[in-house]
Amino acid sequence: MIAAIAFYVFAIIMLISAAMVVSARNPVHSVLFLILTFFNAAGLFLLTGAEFLTMILVIVYVGAVAVLFLFVVMMLDINFAELRSGFQRYLPVGLAIGTVLLIELALVVGGWEVAPQAGALRYAPTAAGMSNTAQLGRLIYTDYIFLFQAAGLVLLVAMIGAIVLTLRDRKTSRHQVIAVQTARTAQATLELVDVPLGAGIATLGIRRPLPEPVAAEPEHDAHAHADAGGH
Amino acid sequence: MLPVALSHYLIVAALLLVLGVFGIFLNRKNVIIILMSVELILLAANLNLVAFSAVLHDMVGQVFVMFTLTVAAAEAAIGLAIVVIYFRNRGSIQVEDVNLMKG
Repeated sequence: MIAAIAFYVFAIIMLISAAMVVSARNPVHSVLFLILTFFNAAGLFLLTGAEFLTMILVIVYVGAVAVLFLFVVMMLDINFAELRSGFQRYLPVGLAIGTVLLIELALVVGGWEVAPQAGALRYAPTAAGMSNTAQLGRLIYTDYIFLFQAAGLVLLVAMIGAIVLTLRDRKTSRHQVIAVQTARTAQATLELVDVPLGAGIATLGIRRPLPEPVAAEPEHDAHAHADAGGH
Repeated sequence: MLPVALSHYLIVAALLLVLGVFGIFLNRKNVIIILMSVELILLAANLNLVAFSAVLHDMVGQVFVMFTLTVAAAEAAIGLAIVVIYFRNRGSIQVEDVNLMKG
């Protein structure tokens, strides 16, 4: 009885907050209502006995995805009032399609009946003496191990993709460019000047700041080696 | 196993899915709200999977919910990354402005 009341409370709060997600004026409020929706969905999960998924939903969705949404909404400098301008125009078509979809789903749910042979087709029946997490772990790490690894691969690709997409090449960073290094020639960087006896480099006008301090490095190394050899 | 009949869970999930679809049509200009609506739709699918898993006493539904959650998290991360770089290039996230490819 208490569980049934909890179900209705969770379901009503979840649906109201989901409606607020799509209709809130401020996107920050939308994200906060999305978090409330996820919390109440986690409550509905808990009522079915899926304890592990409840925790996953709270940790992954509320802790990571919703905060990511909040982060992006607050990071982008957008005039949100302008984005609301087509609201009235799209309301009728949205309501029409939503109503049609709802009627179709109601017809499906109304005529739903579990087949009597469905029990025999179960792949992994719920065991009585084990906790939900233990059962799920036993299933994931044995029969669904390849699917589990594929899920990890999906997350890896998503992580790399997000980094590659948002990585900005800063002009101030002095990282190594291999192509520029190998394309350097002696003619471009080296100049041979005949210096007459007794003339200083200042009077000849060939003294200049070295174009790249890296070019002087090998000479220093050579001197150091010569010194070391001399000693 | 369920506190209420299975049909109650299915109706709640159907309402959540309809709200998600409605949100996509209502917020035609704001990509971020559209992404949130997609999250709502995926949550409705998860709710159905968990309800059937409980009523049939089969654990496989919960395994599938885990993979759905994985894909949904990846989708949100990639989608938001695309929104960020699009805003960086064009200074707007309106869906109607996404017409560079004349599609």
